Amino acid sequence: MEFNYLSEIVDYCRREGKDIAQAMVDYEIRNKGTTRERVYEGLKRILIVMEESVEQGLTQQVITPSGMLNNWAKRIYQSPKETLGVALKKAVARAVAVGEVNACMGKIAAAPTAGSAGIMPAVLVTMIEEHGISRQRILDALLVASAVGLVFAKNSSFAGSEAGCMGETGSAAAMAAASITYLLGGSDEQILESIGFALKASMGLVCDPVGGLVEEPCTTRNAVGVANAFVSAQMALAGIKSLIPADEVILATKEVGDLMSPKLKESGQGGLANTKTGREIQKKVFKIVKEEGRSS
Amino acid sequence: MSEPPSILDILGPIMIGPSSSHTAGASRIGFIARQLLNDKPSRAEITLYNSFAKTHKGHGTDRALVGGILGFGPDDTRIRNSFELAKKEGLEWEFKFSSDFNRFHSNTARIKLTGEQGGSVDLTGASLGGGRIRIQEIEGFKVDFNAQTHTLVIIAEDIPGSIKNISGAIAERGTNIANMYVSRNEQLANMVLEMDQSVDKETLKKIESFPWVKFVRRVEPMIEGTSRYEK
Ligand code: SF4
Repeated sequence: MEFNYLSEIVDYCRREGKDIAQAMVDYEIRNKGTTRERVYEGLKRILIVMEESVEQGLTQQVITPSGMLNNWAKRIYQSPKETLGVALKKAVARAVAVGEVNACMGKIAAAPTAGSAGIMPAVLVTMIEEHGISRQRILDALLVASAVGLVFAKNSSFAGSEAGCMGETGSAAAMAAASITYLLGGSDEQILESIGFALKASMGLVCDPVGGLVEEPCTTRNAVGVANAFVSAQMALAGIKSLIPADEVILATKEVGDLMSPKLKESGQGGLANTKTGREIQKKVFKIVKEEGRSS
Repeated sequence: MSEPPSILDILGPIMIGPSSSHTAGASRIGFIARQLLNDKPSRAEITLYNSFAKTHKGHGTDRALVGGILGFGPDDTRIRNSFELAKKEGLEWEFKFSSDFNRFHSNTARIKLTGEQGGSVDLTGASLGGGRIRIQEIEGFKVDFNAQTHTLVIIAEDIPGSIKNISGAIAERGTNIANMYVSRNEQLANMVLEMDQSVDKETLKKIESFPWVKFVRRVEPMIEGTSRYEK
């Protein structure tokens, strides 16, 4: 049983009278010789790690060795100023929290990558809090997100070194948008539209981490990815169409990734990494992370 | 030959940060090297290529590779202290840096491991992003597998009937071979067999006992989603 495109998953759902979450359970059972119970156990483990990583970033000291990240999540969470209410503020803080935990070599669920690991947990924890959604339903939302990831992995790439940050925070935002749309009762078609919106907003995003570290701009891009997911789901749920079908948008990310200069794909030679300040930080970082090439 | 990915690997792996390609993938490559060595490693010579060579610092790629060689899965918090733990375990390591974009994927590591019993293994693996990896060379042979399923790597003299004998030994015990890939040089053939179940010790012994077989190693997959390795 192969799903190469989102449209194939939706066709399957229509034929079988299932939703995308259950289609993904079928996919996993058939391809991995596993059981429904084991799939949900695996999802539960992932959700727990996601929740813990949010919690850690909001409660523990998280200062990266480079000093680039320094307990930002807590500062956002406690900020008295709110641009669009407390929900957005908290969602942003949660994404940053996971980014900080990740940069400190903490435990995270890479959904779909470590660099973009803040988006799914921030969105899911926020959906639980704001919409009172049960954790069981959240597991189904994870399944819907996995459908996006599966098709993206097949037709584009999660690697910043291949698809730039489209492949990381872009795909994560699309997965999160699909989860939100699903949780708020969107149709399969609306779920696909939300994926299209999120990816179109990320099109061409370069991978240019300063000092080669997954900190800046990665962490704040996770925060923006959360906003992207909520905005994309909002439009899709209102019935707006993405015009370019989600599958074709995914294929476009592949084309754009291939066209992007290698300097803009995780090489540390372009974009923010190559700015005057970026270079200065890199020099400092290299001094801090002292050479440990040899054991003796 | 690529298997359909598990959705739990897409939503994971559960791993130690900061980078799925540079940390989790690296530890997986290290761990596969350890399994192929099939001995306690005493020396590791690790060459990082391309993007790995440039950006490994600060991603913990070096610590993750050494951690993998020590047998730590990508979600094992001991990765953070793998250098200190390696010293305690008597593992010496050395990193080299190189670049060859024509031959290798941008995130590639070559690991030459020597074991306490004197055996050695030389493998090259690429980290594809999201923690997924592919092993691309073993002992100078081109291979292409991801160790997501039970895998056997065999190097044998390239004589008529060798493949038949090996697959026969496996089938005898009721194990189903899902895929088999063969590459050759002048005298030797390298076979990578992917199976639905693990091959038992007796079968391994039987294959090892064929006089024309040089090298037999088993690589076991990680348990879905958790990235822990089956012991
Ligand atoms: S900038 Fe690069 S390293 Fe950072 S999150 Fe984006 S893709 Fe990952």
